[in-house]
Amino acid sequence: MRHDHIISAKQLSRADIEAVLDHAADIAADPEAYAERHAGTLLGLLFFEPSTRTKMSFTTAMKRLGGDIVDMGSVESSSVKKGESLADTVRVVEGYADALVLRHPMEGSSKMASEFVDVPLVNAGDGAGQHPTQTLLDLYTIRENAGFDDLSIGIMGDLKYGRTVHSLAHALTNVDAHQHFISPESLQLPRSVRYDLHQEGAEVREHTELDEVLPELDVLYVTRIQRERFPDESEYREVAGQYQIDSETLAAAKDDLTVMHPLPRVDEIAHDIDDTEYATYFEQAHNGVPVRMALLDMLLEANE
Amino acid sequence: MTDDDQQLRVSKIRNGTVIDHITGGQALNVLAILGIDGTSGDSVSVAMNMPSDRLGKKDIVKVEGKELSQNEVDVLSLIAPAASINIVRDFEVVEKARVERPSMVEGVLECPNHNCISTEDEPVKSRFAVVDDGVRCEYCETIIRDNLPAHILAE
Repeated sequence: MRHDHIISAKQLSRADIEAVLDHAADIAADPEAYAERHAGTLLGLLFFEPSTRTKMSFTTAMKRLGGDIVDMGSVESSSVKKGESLADTVRVVEGYADALVLRHPMEGSSKMASEFVDVPLVNAGDGAGQHPTQTLLDLYTIRENAGFDDLSIGIMGDLKYGRTVHSLAHALTNVDAHQHFISPESLQLPRSVRYDLHQEGAEVREHTELDEVLPELDVLYVTRIQRERFPDESEYREVAGQYQIDSETLAAAKDDLTVMHPLPRVDEIAHDIDDTEYATYFEQAHNGVPVRMALLDMLLEANE
Repeated sequence: MTDDDQQLRVSKIRNGTVIDHITGGQALNVLAILGIDGTSGDSVSVAMNMPSDRLGKKDIVKVEGKELSQNEVDVLSLIAPAASINIVRDFEVVEKARVERPSMVEGVLECPNHNCISTEDEPVKSRFAVVDDGVRCEYCETIIRDNLPAHILAE
């Protein structure tokens, strides 16, 4: 794999994806072997939006590789508050760190920032755009649990604004996957994502109800429908309620269905699923560490 | 049609640009791309929906005292792919060229996505890749299919 920056799942080929996932599997099997690999390396964290798990996961990954992090802190306490441009911020911080991780509320922010720096930059979410490291850990989890051959996957919830969905849908065009998109009509995939899927020759199968497709799924990827996408509370409750699952819902599913969620969840997956064989979302979150270790290791090695 | 008729409709210009073979009905959009609204005082002639062997109907725009920049030609090509550009100096056509569809247009269009980083006060120009049936923001990937002139950046 030779990429200076990781901006979008679209830039990753099947070979790139397999290389990262294989390396992640090696690391997960023997993490001790990598404990000193990047001693002295500093990862710069620029999070312009609140994030718990992505930030902690990158921090853990860098420390498990023997390195450390430098953190911009919250936007409120930084020079951004004084009106500094993103281009200036990253040009300053690249002097402090060997690689950068950027989370920013605006679409295209990582792409733009990457044009101003020489150290590798990883997009950790740009508005409703892309979140490629989430996609890699999702793919890792899918490969471990269901495999990439003749895979039937349902992606459900907010498909319009959910960046994890946009990244994942594109990445899945690299493998033998039948993708089903389950959402209310108002939250279907945006035009730019459809365009890409069509360009890749993928068939977009859309459903408004999970029942239509649940029995054939190997993986069900659930995302949160957010209150602010709806004009009023009652409409939100009515729509969101149709896309919540519990153990009763899953009675119609295959026994070996894998249920995933990028987390945090609110009530779209009932707690009575947590202790079943279906629940894979915590394992999925944990996979973020070896996958990000693998990616950082490969990026840092390639840019040394 | 005699030469006199032609003369009455669209007068010759001394120095400037004649854009011919514009897709019928697009002349006003071409003027918008060129930022011409008549207030500068230079003479501008517009002929719309003229019979054309090649296009059925075509528009013609003549602008006194202006030669087009590459950016203007690039956006022009998106709404008038068959257009030809004649540069006139001292009443003579000194250069004649067909427009070519570019692969990228930079610094001319504004991304309609208000949450796109290219619309912020950052040191980058907007950049759009030309795709099958429109243009696509290189930053946020928003696709514009219709009404390109409405997205031209204000000067």
